Amino acid sequence: MTSIWIVRDYENCSGCRRCELACSFHHEGWMWPEASRVRVFMPFPGVEVPHLCAQCDDYPCVESCPVDALSVDADTTAVIVDRDACTSCGACYRACPGTVPFLHPADNKATICDLCGGDPECVKVCKEAGYNCLRLVHEGMSPNRKLFSRNPIEVAKDLAVKMFGEKGEEVI
Amino acid sequence: MMTPRGYAGKFLDIDLTNEKITNTTFPEKDLEQYFGGRGLAAKILWDRIGEKWREVDPLGPDNLFIALGGPMTGIYPGGRICISGKSPVSNGTVGSTASTEFAHELRTAGYDGVIVSGRAEKPVYIMVTEEGGEIKDASHLWGTMGEETIKLLNKEVTRVLDSKKEIGLWKEPGMIYVGPAGENMVRNACVMTKLCHAAGYGGYGSLMGSKNLKAIVAKGRGALPEVYAPEAVKLLWKRAHEHLIANDSFRRQGTGYGGWSTATSYSSEPVRNWQDEWHDERSFGGPMFETRFWVKKKWSDFNCTTNCMKVACVKSGKWKGAITDNPDYELQAYCGANFGVFDPAENIHLSALIDNLGHSGIGGANTMGFAAELYQRGILTEEDLGFKLEWGDAEAFDKIARLIAYREGIGDVLAEGTYRAALKLTEMKGVDCMPYAIHVKGIEIGAHGTRSDADFLAHDIGYAVNVQGGDHTSIVRDGYHELSGAVFADSAVYCSFARTPQELIFDYAKAITGYPLTIESWRRENGPRIVTLQKAFLLLGGPDVIWEPIKDDDNPERFYAPLPTGPFKGRTTDRKLVERRRLAYFETLGWDDRGIPTKETLNRLDLGYLEKSMTGLR
Repeated sequence: MTSIWIVRDYENCSGCRRCELACSFHHEGWMWPEASRVRVFMPFPGVEVPHLCAQCDDYPCVESCPVDALSVDADTTAVIVDRDACTSCGACYRACPGTVPFLHPADNKATICDLCGGDPECVKVCKEAGYNCLRLVHEGMSPNRKLFSRNPIEVAKDLAVKMFGEKGEEVI
Repeated sequence: MMTPRGYAGKFLDIDLTNEKITNTTFPEKDLEQYFGGRGLAAKILWDRIGEKWREVDPLGPDNLFIALGGPMTGIYPGGRICISGKSPVSNGTVGSTASTEFAHELRTAGYDGVIVSGRAEKPVYIMVTEEGGEIKDASHLWGTMGEETIKLLNKEVTRVLDSKKEIGLWKEPGMIYVGPAGENMVRNACVMTKLCHAAGYGGYGSLMGSKNLKAIVAKGRGALPEVYAPEAVKLLWKRAHEHLIANDSFRRQGTGYGGWSTATSYSSEPVRNWQDEWHDERSFGGPMFETRFWVKKKWSDFNCTTNCMKVACVKSGKWKGAITDNPDYELQAYCGANFGVFDPAENIHLSALIDNLGHSGIGGANTMGFAAELYQRGILTEEDLGFKLEWGDAEAFDKIARLIAYREGIGDVLAEGTYRAALKLTEMKGVDCMPYAIHVKGIEIGAHGTRSDADFLAHDIGYAVNVQGGDHTSIVRDGYHELSGAVFADSAVYCSFARTPQELIFDYAKAITGYPLTIESWRRENGPRIVTLQKAFLLLGGPDVIWEPIKDDDNPERFYAPLPTGPFKGRTTDRKLVERRRLAYFETLGWDDRGIPTKETLNRLDLGYLEKSMTGLR
């Protein structure tokens, strides 16, 4: 099976954060932006960056876990967290080039996008609204994925220049 | 006591004088009767300073600065915060709302609102998290323009949060803040949020400034409040977004097509301080903004797919570096046509500057237009200003915006807002300046004129009897229909541009709160209760202004002069109709023929506590 991936076209993000709500409805049963596996960062108004796992080809987070609480789903290529095993040590987000994983606000366990088992809710609402900032593609593993695992503030700094020109250099 | 559904359950009470912070709750009856935002703020104000209302200086330490969500905030599309207090411009109260992530950050931190009293000795900001509130030094932020404030606070607050608890990456907080105009107590200054979002009406930026309060930031990590019927809310949430997504033209254009089309189609746009309301400057059309300046064509706030905003940026030429939204219609009108400016780049620059300074893009720009008309008439001179203030001269309007924000020279007088500046200048110049002051009860009028009667929004008594004066977001229709519109939206606290059918909104409200609420019951009880309480505040006013019933329940004189040009040339507001409908409005709400609530009405609406102060006015 070809693995799936969520494309992120940052410029299309309206900042509506419905992805956060759809994600938390699915994983938490209610609206909970900070528990969402996709979080939209906005270090400067108008410059929004959806921040979520990019499924790196070498999975540094999985490698870093001292208690083997993280594993890779063979079908989807998503990182799966064994919440019972997780000790909240933070090794995963430190190993992640984009600091994507975070500790859940309720149980303090590592929290990472699981691609909803293959049918991501964030993608559905983004598509429904016509933004298509988050888009599902069926394609094999690529080294490029890892380049999307980037600190969202750094991404925003680039986007700001793209949007605002020279002025963008100084807003974040 | 069980927390009523839809509420985070507590409010933060902050006394800046004594640096005392406590958690507060309000009786469930108050929540059911006044809901949140505009309604609940008015009740809190009455309970705490109502008895001495006339003596409370809006810019003194006795006034309260209130920022409230409502039960629908963040849960219904278009999350907003509602700002209130005794208004420094109307001396009554305004429920002044702005879309912002601050609102849901506050609610997910466990708070439905923040009530600030007293006055800090030196500049401070307040940080709200699940641990409560914290007063922090803001001397390094004082004087910063909006863009800089956002940049500094985002960095500082995420650093502080990270040092308290390591979670991976902390996302930026939500914030409300003031620019230099608010700091310097320019009376009609805004409470700003994001970049160009503002709680504009009411002058609450100056109230924050008077308390030495630069900003309130909030970061919550909890879920949004629990609701009465979660499965129903989930379904309604989907339905509501379907409605928003279907509104294609509004999503494409926002209000950023209005700068030309409102004038040319409806003749209801302020042109050169309302000397006209028509123009046909096609260079100012929506597509001219879109093609050259919109760098993001769909920009939303939290939980909203209306995305009525568009990020605009000037990337070349003289005004390079200006960033704002569309500008939206109000600022296209007020910082464009109103200045005689019809160049999109100049309009974007002036809108961005005015937002950055923390001026109200409506109120402050109205005062600037007022000043320009005085200049046109030779009442204000180059000597007074230090420069020529000609219509269409963007550089001159850039200068006057700064002059007012920093209260330099004549800017100090204009910083009192249009009405008070007109009083002062009449005295200084010995010429009646009031005919050029376009306001109702101290609140400068939104960019929708009444004369053509063609605008979808503003008609004869829309402003004249509005308890929020010239506020175009809370226009009066008949004392009935608007109550379930703006008055409800400002109290449940969501954005009126998250437009869905009223039935759906009230189903949503019921599913959240569990209150036995209907459109009818809101129009009959809650709505009139809130508006009647606001009316009482407005009638009391003081200490510097007390509005005169009937005389001040009217449009500005200019709105009765015939439109000078355009397809509606000669048309004007019908004075007889205003008189008739004003009386009918009072009657509908159970106020006497001077607009003073009757004893029976107060009793019916459970507002008996107002009787003592209303007796004195009847």
